[in-house]
Amino acid sequence: MTNPLVPHQPVVVANPWETLRRFTAARIALGRAGGSLPTAPHLAFQLAHAQARDAVQLPLDQAGVASDLQTRGYQTVCLHSAAPDRATYLQRPDLGRRLAEPSRETLAALATHAAAPPELAFVIGDGLSARAIHENAVAFLDQIAPRLRAAGWHLGPVSLVAQARVAIGDEIGQVLGAAIVVILIGERPGLSSPDSLGAYLTYGPRIGVTDAQRNCISNIRAAGLSHEAAAHKLAYLLDEARRRKLSGVLLKDEAGTRLPLSAD
Amino acid sequence: MPVYRHTIGSTTYRFNGLGDLLAKASPARSGDQLAGIAAVDAAERVAAQMALADLPLTTFLNETVVPYASDDVTRLIIDTHQPAALAPVAHLTVGDFRNWLLGDTADATALAALAPGLTPEMAAAVSKLMRIQDLILVGHKCRVVTAFRNTIGLAGRMATRLQPNHPTDDPTGVAASILDGLLYGSGDAVIGINPASDSTAAVITLLRMLDDIIQSYRIPTQSCVLAHVTTQLEAITQGAPVDLVFQSIAGTQAANAGFGVTLDLLGEARDAALSLKRGTLGDNVMYFETGQGSALSANAHYGVDQQTLEARAYAVARHFKPLLVNTVVGFIGPEYLYNGKQIIRAGLEDHCCGKLLGLPMGCDVCYTNHAEADQDDMDVLLTLLGAAGCNYIMGIPGSDDIMLNYQTTSFHDALYIRQVLGLRPAPEFEAWLHQLGIFDGNNRAAVTSALPEPFVRTLAQLT
Repeated sequence: MTNPLVPHQPVVVANPWETLRRFTAARIALGRAGGSLPTAPHLAFQLAHAQARDAVQLPLDQAGVASDLQTRGYQTVCLHSAAPDRATYLQRPDLGRRLAEPSRETLAALATHAAAPPELAFVIGDGLSARAIHENAVAFLDQIAPRLRAAGWHLGPVSLVAQARVAIGDEIGQVLGAAIVVILIGERPGLSSPDSLGAYLTYGPRIGVTDAQRNCISNIRAAGLSHEAAAHKLAYLLDEARRRKLSGVLLKDEAGTRLPLSAD
Repeated sequence: MPVYRHTIGSTTYRFNGLGDLLAKASPARSGDQLAGIAAVDAAERVAAQMALADLPLTTFLNETVVPYASDDVTRLIIDTHQPAALAPVAHLTVGDFRNWLLGDTADATALAALAPGLTPEMAAAVSKLMRIQDLILVGHKCRVVTAFRNTIGLAGRMATRLQPNHPTDDPTGVAASILDGLLYGSGDAVIGINPASDSTAAVITLLRMLDDIIQSYRIPTQSCVLAHVTTQLEAITQGAPVDLVFQSIAGTQAANAGFGVTLDLLGEARDAALSLKRGTLGDNVMYFETGQGSALSANAHYGVDQQTLEARAYAVARHFKPLLVNTVVGFIGPEYLYNGKQIIRAGLEDHCCGKLLGLPMGCDVCYTNHAEADQDDMDVLLTLLGAAGCNYIMGIPGSDDIMLNYQTTSFHDALYIRQVLGLRPAPEFEAWLHQLGIFDGNNRAAVTSALPEPFVRTLAQLT
């Protein structure tokens, strides 16, 4: 029987170096239950992983995003990659880089009816996080739109693509005859970043372009690079790409952007 | 190209060459499907395994899966093969080689003597006929011991690499994770940082910091900054304190070219590290990482399955007598290893094949957020690797690598596996942990509200 006069030993051993947490976001000084992870940090980890997993599995709300864009006056087209579902998409990156045949026909018909090929076409693809699109894509476009108008860009339709990898922008740009394509895509979710958007710019998009010919702006999200700062960077890159007729490593150094590992 | 056949009932399966046979015999995984070389159905896979089981082991000395003329890894495998070492099993088929490995004749001594006689393709082939328990049993029987400032791989012990990564290489942030790890008993395999920057100056800063920590706390361990090998060579030239030289390697010359390395460059790096004479107990100065799928990812796979190519990377590794080799098994993503089941099997295959080939195998028990895997899968793999006698695992704060954005084993995970399986740290490091009171006499974590004396000053300086 427990003696009520003897205080209970704490069941979790706390670490006296918790103050070091201010130097790193790493999960240090978590304490221990025996030698194991105490319940609170264990569940905090499970939540972070659950949010990242949910972001990967969440379907892209094409109708909702299209409606938001149409309200703002954008011509939109809803497309699908050659990966029929999420499981296939995750195992066959090659299929996520190409349009499904019906989508290709839809886009080709749209291009045929256009008065002139666009200078710039935006593509919005779910990538590995539809949540990143839902939370960032339209807000980001709202930031960059005035800059594009001021610089006199002739925009093509905005393509909304489900089960998309970065390189699907190449085929879309090629079909539309666009000089430059920018794809906004959900990046691979990290434990603390389920909502991170990437923007990839490619001059002269066509099937088979390599990653060395792209520029990337990464980590666009509320807790990362702000929509405004990202729009500023992209507007700069777009102007330079148009002026110098190129993109990729030759623009990279001056713009200070880099290609991370993501939904390529 | 020889055609291999196997008939089951009224169906005759054909396999065009050794590469096709090995690929079709591989347990299912997404990377081989992505490459278009996997068996089309489960029955064809077993037919290939049956055909493979009937194949004489010596077939692999006469038929290569990647051309000798165009690939220096194949040349390394063939030119350094020791026929005398293979003699005890040279008369066997692959199927009977599995039987031999499971038998009592194949003890630690016999397996160590056999290693130079085995080619990676032989090891890969027999592993494709093995169940998980066979991979564990055979891996467990092998013993590969290496040394630098401590001794890694002794029976009943498992070491950890303390991996204190930080997204901007901030020295204080890195130091905070190192302190956390040391106070949880991690770091006997190596204190090894994946730098965010590959600049020589940044790498040297980290190397000096690690050297200071190891010297001032008198820790019997070694350091490594896992930059590109050329950056580490430049750091050595500039006088930096380099203990281990790291490089990622793969199983074909073209895939290694994708990593920016050649066999000559690795040899040069090893010579440079040896010239510093920083090891006190041994001269194993190399640290290699590998992982199934790297050759396909570099478009350098020759139609060979990813597990066979992984084993070929071990032929590269063993040539340079490393202290540490680990497969980074789940890092590459679901297009190569789709889910927990595939990651778990691959980790055990890699451990078993690496050990058979004479390597000090560890494993980065890990996954990414787009793989169908979670902490439960990692617990399974960790526990099975503990049973298999894996030399070391990773250790990071709370399983969350905030620089590489993936999940691997934590300091707590190492305490778990040591407690359940009675595994001890490297002996020299174990003595240090006892001396500082970080572990008690039963090797249980012992730090509570009071820090060990040397760390009190450090904490005061940092805060």
